[in-house]
Amino acid sequence: MKSKRNQTRGLAITPSVLAEIKILLGSSPFRRDLLIEYLHLIQDNYNHISKAHLVALADCLKISLAEVHEVASFYHHFNLIQDSKQTTPNLTIRVCESLTCKMFGSEELSMKLEKSISNNVKLEKVPCVGQCSNAPIAVVGQRVIKEATAENVLDCKSYTSQIPNYEKLAPYIVSGGYGALKKCTDGIVTRSAAVKLLSDSGLRGLGGAGFPAGKKWEIVRQQPSPRYLAVNIDEGEPGTFKDRTYLESKPHQFLEGMLIAAWAVEAHKCIIYLRDEYAACRQILIEEIKAISVAFPNGVPSIELRRGAGSYVCGEESAMIESIEGKRGIPRLRPPYIAANGIFGKPTLEHNLETLYRVTDVINHGSNFHSSHGRHGRTGLISFSVSGRIMTPGMYLAPAGITLRELIDEYCNGMSPGHELKAYFPGGASGGILPASLADIPLDFDTLQEHDCFIGSAAIIVLSDHDNVASYAKNAMNFFAKESCGKCTPCRVGTKQASTLMSARSWDINKLKDLATVMTDASICGLGQAAPNPMKSVIKHFKEEIS
Amino acid sequence: MNSEFTFQLDGHNVIAQKGETILVAAENAGVSIPRLCYQDNCRPDGNCRACVVEIEGERTLAPSCSRLAEKSMVVHSNNTRAQFSQKMVITMLSSDLTENYSAGSIQSNNTELSKWVTHFDIRHGDAPHQSPVIDITNPAITVDLGQCIQCTRCVRACRETQVNDVIGISNRGSNLKITFDLDATLGESSCVSCGECVQACPTNALTSTGAAANLPDNKKIDTVCPYCGVGCLLTFNVSDGAIKSATGRNGPANKNRLCVKGRYGFDYVHHEDRLTKPLIRIKGMKKTAALIHKNEISDYFREASWSEALEFAATGLKNILDIHGGNALAGLGSAKGSNEEAYAFQKFIRSALKTNNVDHCTRLCHASSVAAMLEMLGNAGVSNQVEDVALTEVIVVIGAKPTANHPVAATFMKNATKSGAKLVVIDPYKSDLTRHADFFLQFRPDTDVLLMNSMMSVIIEENLHDEKFIKERTTDFLNLKEVVSKYSPESVSSTCGIEPETIRAVARLYAKARSAMIFWGMGISQHIHGTDNARCLISLALLTGNIGKEGSGIHPLRGQNNVQGASDAGLIPMVYPDYQPVTDNENKKKFEQVWNTTLSGETGLTVTEIVSGASQGSIKGMYVMGENPAMSDPNLNHAREALAKLEHLVIQDIFFTETASFADVILPASAFPEKTGSFTNTDRRVQLGRQAIEPPGDARQDLEIIHDLAEKLDQKWTHRSTAEVFKEMTNVMPSIGGLTWGLLNKRDSITYPYTKDSKQSETVLFKETFALPSGKAKFSAAHYSHAAELPSDDFPLVLITGRQLEHWHTGTMTRRARVLDSLEPEAFISMNSQDMELYQIESDDTVRLHSKRGEVTAMVRMDNGLQVGNVFMPFCYVEAAANLLTIDAIDPIGKIPEFKHCAVQISKSAAQ
Repeated sequence: MKSKRNQTRGLAITPSVLAEIKILLGSSPFRRDLLIEYLHLIQDNYNHISKAHLVALADCLKISLAEVHEVASFYHHFNLIQDSKQTTPNLTIRVCESLTCKMFGSEELSMKLEKSISNNVKLEKVPCVGQCSNAPIAVVGQRVIKEATAENVLDCKSYTSQIPNYEKLAPYIVSGGYGALKKCTDGIVTRSAAVKLLSDSGLRGLGGAGFPAGKKWEIVRQQPSPRYLAVNIDEGEPGTFKDRTYLESKPHQFLEGMLIAAWAVEAHKCIIYLRDEYAACRQILIEEIKAISVAFPNGVPSIELRRGAGSYVCGEESAMIESIEGKRGIPRLRPPYIAANGIFGKPTLEHNLETLYRVTDVINHGSNFHSSHGRHGRTGLISFSVSGRIMTPGMYLAPAGITLRELIDEYCNGMSPGHELKAYFPGGASGGILPASLADIPLDFDTLQEHDCFIGSAAIIVLSDHDNVASYAKNAMNFFAKESCGKCTPCRVGTKQASTLMSARSWDINKLKDLATVMTDASICGLGQAAPNPMKSVIKHFKEEIS
Repeated sequence: MNSEFTFQLDGHNVIAQKGETILVAAENAGVSIPRLCYQDNCRPDGNCRACVVEIEGERTLAPSCSRLAEKSMVVHSNNTRAQFSQKMVITMLSSDLTENYSAGSIQSNNTELSKWVTHFDIRHGDAPHQSPVIDITNPAITVDLGQCIQCTRCVRACRETQVNDVIGISNRGSNLKITFDLDATLGESSCVSCGECVQACPTNALTSTGAAANLPDNKKIDTVCPYCGVGCLLTFNVSDGAIKSATGRNGPANKNRLCVKGRYGFDYVHHEDRLTKPLIRIKGMKKTAALIHKNEISDYFREASWSEALEFAATGLKNILDIHGGNALAGLGSAKGSNEEAYAFQKFIRSALKTNNVDHCTRLCHASSVAAMLEMLGNAGVSNQVEDVALTEVIVVIGAKPTANHPVAATFMKNATKSGAKLVVIDPYKSDLTRHADFFLQFRPDTDVLLMNSMMSVIIEENLHDEKFIKERTTDFLNLKEVVSKYSPESVSSTCGIEPETIRAVARLYAKARSAMIFWGMGISQHIHGTDNARCLISLALLTGNIGKEGSGIHPLRGQNNVQGASDAGLIPMVYPDYQPVTDNENKKKFEQVWNTTLSGETGLTVTEIVSGASQGSIKGMYVMGENPAMSDPNLNHAREALAKLEHLVIQDIFFTETASFADVILPASAFPEKTGSFTNTDRRVQLGRQAIEPPGDARQDLEIIHDLAEKLDQKWTHRSTAEVFKEMTNVMPSIGGLTWGLLNKRDSITYPYTKDSKQSETVLFKETFALPSGKAKFSAAHYSHAAELPSDDFPLVLITGRQLEHWHTGTMTRRARVLDSLEPEAFISMNSQDMELYQIESDDTVRLHSKRGEVTAMVRMDNGLQVGNVFMPFCYVEAAANLLTIDAIDPIGKIPEFKHCAVQISKSAAQ
């Protein structure tokens, strides 16, 4: 087939679009690693990203169209349009479809809204937005609607995020804030002393992996400089909202902990990665980072705030780093580990927000501040995000080792009326499902493995006799299938095939077990490795629902 | 030895080297672990997971392709746990394909995936889903994503090997998809059809279009690509006497890579236009300057037998020799033929026709570069090979478009930039190479001397020159210093169009680099001051000591597959083989003795002078082998008129070229895959081309034809076969004195100098001495002079002529190659959109472009890589031959025409 071309191969730059984009992106030289930030600027400004935009962006960054498209198409928050004449909605309503919201009628809500919204409004079903204690959730523009109904959603006319009352810098300082940091930077606490305090405290990473924090500091300190500190606020595990809770109440305790950690490992730069669903938190952080830069002009490392763009897998530390580098959020092969080879190949200390929040406590109050708590032979404190069939869902700081029964009775004011405990997710969508018969085992790192479960980010979702457990397992598998980065076969194909098999009235248990084995054994990262957990739990404990 | 260690694999001790992955170490120990996304010599990606193994002590299985083996590791590659996952992966991949490709049918197709499906005895696929549309928008490559297993080998091939950066992997999860540019069809995308992705694909997702390309093959012939000076080694897959496909081979210059021409441009040899019978001009059919069209050939020429045609050819030449003397004759040899053919041809011209009027198309290409190199360094070959880009700190590419004309060499340059080398591109045109450049200087055409001299003035002023090197290894520095001191960056800035600070920054970068390479092309050489341009580049290298060591030197990118060899073999009027001047009596005596003949001691005429001579009547007869001056010479109206005046023109070629229009006799010859011979690439690698197919009809070997003509002119040559000719060459050419035909056959590629004494290749030149009698290099200063024809009111635009990726030079081969001509079927004039607006031209308009010498009509193509005021045309389209416009002003020393600069005017054509 013969082609006649009156211009050079590929897409030409539209000069007017290029000029607009250059103004929008701000000062050059443009940074390759800020690609995702630039895509956000374009998306926010135009409500879509067109091909002309991508061509202009590629030109500004001197990268190929393929490279730009790979990144832009990975993240769900970017609305890539085929044709610039396509009309884009000027408002998007996002309805969460994850576990707790499903429990409280998200599907019905979506259907109702779909019928009633106007033409220039788009409805999107989205994964967990971290507001589970007020399920079901709809987000209108950036405005979170709690206990959403078709009525209150359609009534909403304000689309900006609502900033809650939180503790600003001045009152934080008045109550002794940044005293711990000062102890460190003044030399009262040496770096090795700080590391020891942290190790002795027994503090483990609170993002889900539970790696001992002090040990992490030691490892990173041994690496050559320059070193980075990366803060993971991607909080995407369905059922989890503890980080948001802390950020929306006492952001400076976290920021102080971050600066202490940066000081301890002599990191020259802190990069905070915040999931973009937390729009209010973004405003808080912008404001408060500015405040501390003003209050402490010297001696704080540079702090950069980076936005996620709708990808759960970017909560995985190496995928997050890829995203920070402006790439697709694909987990890396390990070894090498990010402590040695992290951001731009440099040694990186990565922490969950809450872990850093606790660091401040440890430096202020000593190593037994954390270790003096615990129940049933376990040590420490855990922030449980509890939602589901209970009276008062919410985030509760409770002793590690507490049982579900105790958690429900002592913190959540019991089960919802008319609901009897049937099952629970002890660790979000990935931690598996336990039956009511196992509601009295201590909840902590290492205690659930013998039951093929884990606590992860301590997101507890309580199911009752009103719930078909298998349908929640299916919801979880669908979630993993949508959030899979797609790189490795076991996860990419496994989550898809498992989803299909779990949609049947009767599950093909042998096939599912085979998929579970290869996913657990051969996936690159925790997403694929943990995705079969709810499915395996149902096969083990709720076989009657799937035969 | 201390980098070796052992680890346990499947119960056995295995030796591994530090840095080896488990998979590679296993392979070396004879254990073949399943794999799909892994490919030798590419970065492993660890995504398919077919290669997972159990490492004792680890929770999950590890990808053996990406995991380094370590001492004391205990690895299980075939225990139950590992095998289960390996097999599951293959099952999942084959079941994930679309409805047409269940595991059953996969087994029957000849792919890597099918091999593993068979290995694991996977019987049935699951969950088939709908096939996506097959993309056939690209004439070379068919895309069937229904067969894709998302292994990303194609992505790595495109982005990391070739760095053409077209293929991406978009979306996520099970929506993961191979995309081109912004998810365009392949045909719409910026894909250059290099086919690296096809070569990489382990399924049939990406295939070469045309069923024939994918058949199991009968014969595989290892040979070289016929197109450009990179000299990629390849394998022709031959079935039923025809070439069905080409695959990249692991040659030193290409490492399995090919470009669109090498991979998809071989079918010209089977085109129906091939000359198969000798032709003699019918008595009375006069020559005019007009070209003879394909369907008119039988009006002008009649078929003849070989004996008649050879007799006619020889007699015609002999008559002119007897009546007017040898200097009324001239020969143009081929830069695409083999070394042996080139050597035999110049021997014939010199011995039988008693003249040194023998030349070839280097005259139109790097003659000025070679003149400068001989003058300043004493040698006419590159100092360092392309592969030195992997060792160098700074790569300068000036006046060259390697992504179009040396594509595979360009891939190594791009690879080097990814590894940290700094790239400086200096060119009036913004090619796709500039995206990878740290500095891109888009200077105005014709201002090279200004720019280079000012860089040198900065280097000297800031004391960045290498004083030791200059003192010990060069002469005539003071003169250079004086000359360049007058070219400050400020004084040249506005003429060049480059900011003074940029000039300084690049000068400093080059001077301070521990190692630096300069590559250049026609933008430097094809000017009436081309020799001056090249002198500046060589001076820059000498000034900074960036020559004479690994990773540092000069490299004029030689265009034709054998232009280096043709030049070395003596197809040059001033010198015998190995650049031994014909005017030197010692040399003459030596060759008279070896050739058993008498020779002329007078320097001969160059191509451009020969054409002049033909025009004036002083050149009456010519023998032209594998050259097409009726398309490649400047000022074609004049050149064609000159050719038409010849009394006797013998054409030896594979097609009825434009030049054949002026022939008296046409001898059908052998195409590249139809002969065995040695060919020398731009790197000074002598490489072996092996015959893969027979010439069609009555076409004969070029070498045979030359020998027969020699015999008819009473020459008594003692050689006949290729090997015998090669042997004589090694006896008279010291640079290859140590080579033998047997050695070449064994190694396929040997770099010269490879002398009798050294018996080894000298890859980097000038490490100890330069090749001038003093042993030192000679600075040669250049003064700024401008082009022969500057823009004027009547002719306000500058025409730059050149090439493009898909077509080769005058188009003789590539216009007859299906894929290549489909990709670029039509002549065009490239213009900047601002110029288009100024002249009120829309894209797709047909326009008339004319100069003082001629005119063409063609479609306009918008190209904002061009500067305002410049237009571009490739010279491959006979229907709009760009050289009708170009000027035949030549460089006084190199005698090369100024193809890169003449003045033109544009107007909308009446016919749309």
